[in-house]
Amino acid sequence: MKLQDLVRPYVAAFASRFLQMLQYRTAALAGFATQCWWGGIKVMVFAAFYGATAIAGASSPMSLAQAVTYTWLAQGLLVLLPWLGDPEVAQAVRTGAVAYDRLRPVDAYGLWFARSAGWIAARVLPRVALMAAFAAVALPLMGLNEWAWQPPAHVAAGLAFLLSAMLALLLSTAMVMLLNVAITAALNERGISAVATPVVIVLSGNLMPLALLPDTWQTALLLQPLAGLMDIPARLYFGQLSGWQAIGGLGLQVFWTLALVGLGHFAMRRTMRSLQIQGG
Amino acid sequence: MGSLALFFRLVGASIGGQARYPASALMLTLGQFLGSGIEVIAVWALFHRFGDVQGWRIGEVALFYGLVNCMFALADALGRGFDVLGTEFLRTGAFDRLLLRPRPLALQLMGNDFRISRMGRLLQGLAVVAFATQQAGIVWTPAAVAIALFALAGGVALFLGILVLQGTLSFWTVESLEIANVLTYGGVQAAQYPLALYARWFRRVLTFVVPLACVAYYPALAILGKADPLGAPGWMGIVSPLAGFAFLAAAFGAWRLGLRRYASTGS
Repeated sequence: MKLQDLVRPYVAAFASRFLQMLQYRTAALAGFATQCWWGGIKVMVFAAFYGATAIAGASSPMSLAQAVTYTWLAQGLLVLLPWLGDPEVAQAVRTGAVAYDRLRPVDAYGLWFARSAGWIAARVLPRVALMAAFAAVALPLMGLNEWAWQPPAHVAAGLAFLLSAMLALLLSTAMVMLLNVAITAALNERGISAVATPVVIVLSGNLMPLALLPDTWQTALLLQPLAGLMDIPARLYFGQLSGWQAIGGLGLQVFWTLALVGLGHFAMRRTMRSLQIQGG
Repeated sequence: MGSLALFFRLVGASIGGQARYPASALMLTLGQFLGSGIEVIAVWALFHRFGDVQGWRIGEVALFYGLVNCMFALADALGRGFDVLGTEFLRTGAFDRLLLRPRPLALQLMGNDFRISRMGRLLQGLAVVAFATQQAGIVWTPAAVAIALFALAGGVALFLGILVLQGTLSFWTVESLEIANVLTYGGVQAAQYPLALYARWFRRVLTFVVPLACVAYYPALAILGKADPLGAPGWMGIVSPLAGFAFLAAAFGAWRLGLRRYASTGS
């Protein structure tokens, strides 16, 4: 069989879920409004802390402009984070529709992975575009230049960021798959995501740039898998990682994605063996 | 049965129902504790790196933070019925059943789903208030306790008012819109830091439109015995929580307007 035929069902699963999720425009707008408010507060708090200390530039590993840009970037990429499983999977398990997925002559992990990736991508793209329009275009036009989302350090940094954001999508999907498997095993998504969410928000760097957390934690913070979701792409955006360091950052993302896909594959096979189909 | 007795009966039934799934309730409470606690990490890390901000120390900021979280936890537990009004009552037609009962609508909605898990946020808030007490050397004189309790009541009223407005909106949209999260979760976020840090227009919004500063910032200044860097008089913190009750009253005014327009979805 040709490669093209092999990947076709997965590409179709990705595309159909992507197009389906793009329909939810009100949800994207509501989320956008919340994130503007959130980002605005964070920006004002950063400005106050940076303005308070004359030595702020020296004691901080990033400038105020970078912290502000980071905040908008993090708000725009908020739904890239793996904080809940794909609701469609949870529903399929509860209603018994998961039986259909089990009967399809494709790899079950691959199919759910493609669908979950489409689900995430369709939610991220409109929101990040709206956020960029607001923070990178509207704010400077309103004369609030110091609050605005600044462009990447240079062209190479921008390209590295795009590549890294793509890897972050795969990494996030691998984590969503672990949540999916956990939900399949436990039949309850609320408890799992209630505990997973805070961990993800802090360790991905969405709450605040990891670089601003205490210096002694930095190595551990950078090496843990969640840094690849937000913090590593942002460091590439600012040109803080370049040359071999940039390749190291991207390599870290690839490594964790492969490791988590392997783990997810294994866990899914075990769960599916003991799965009981609900309903009739 | 009197209205108040009915309310407590409803709350009891709701808690009893959740207690049937102890593992789930515990997990959700833990999630609330952790989820609302992550902002502590942000506040702490900023102070750790930058030191004091415009004369504010971490213990003082912790007092706003803790108070606001306690307020929101209580209001969120009570206001859940308004929060899910669109999806769980209006769209399903279950709202008609509430209207037929000869008891106050608001009490029925408040007792409908009293979430145990909100205790996670409450505990987190109380822990931060304890931290603030120790760090800033707050002396809990009877007067300070009275101010804190009054502010707490005003804050619960204010957040409940926001949830009532969210419910009111769903009379038009027949859906629970997450846009109100801007004022609930976003309000908690905004009120966690001293008002003086914000831009002038934002300070106005937080004082006169959604009076979060009146239930958190000014009372906390009074408890700390700190003069307002923006020049508000000292008695401000003692009377300002009244604004929370005024907001709740206005919210119920809007609620009655929405209710008048309610026509069952007919399902």
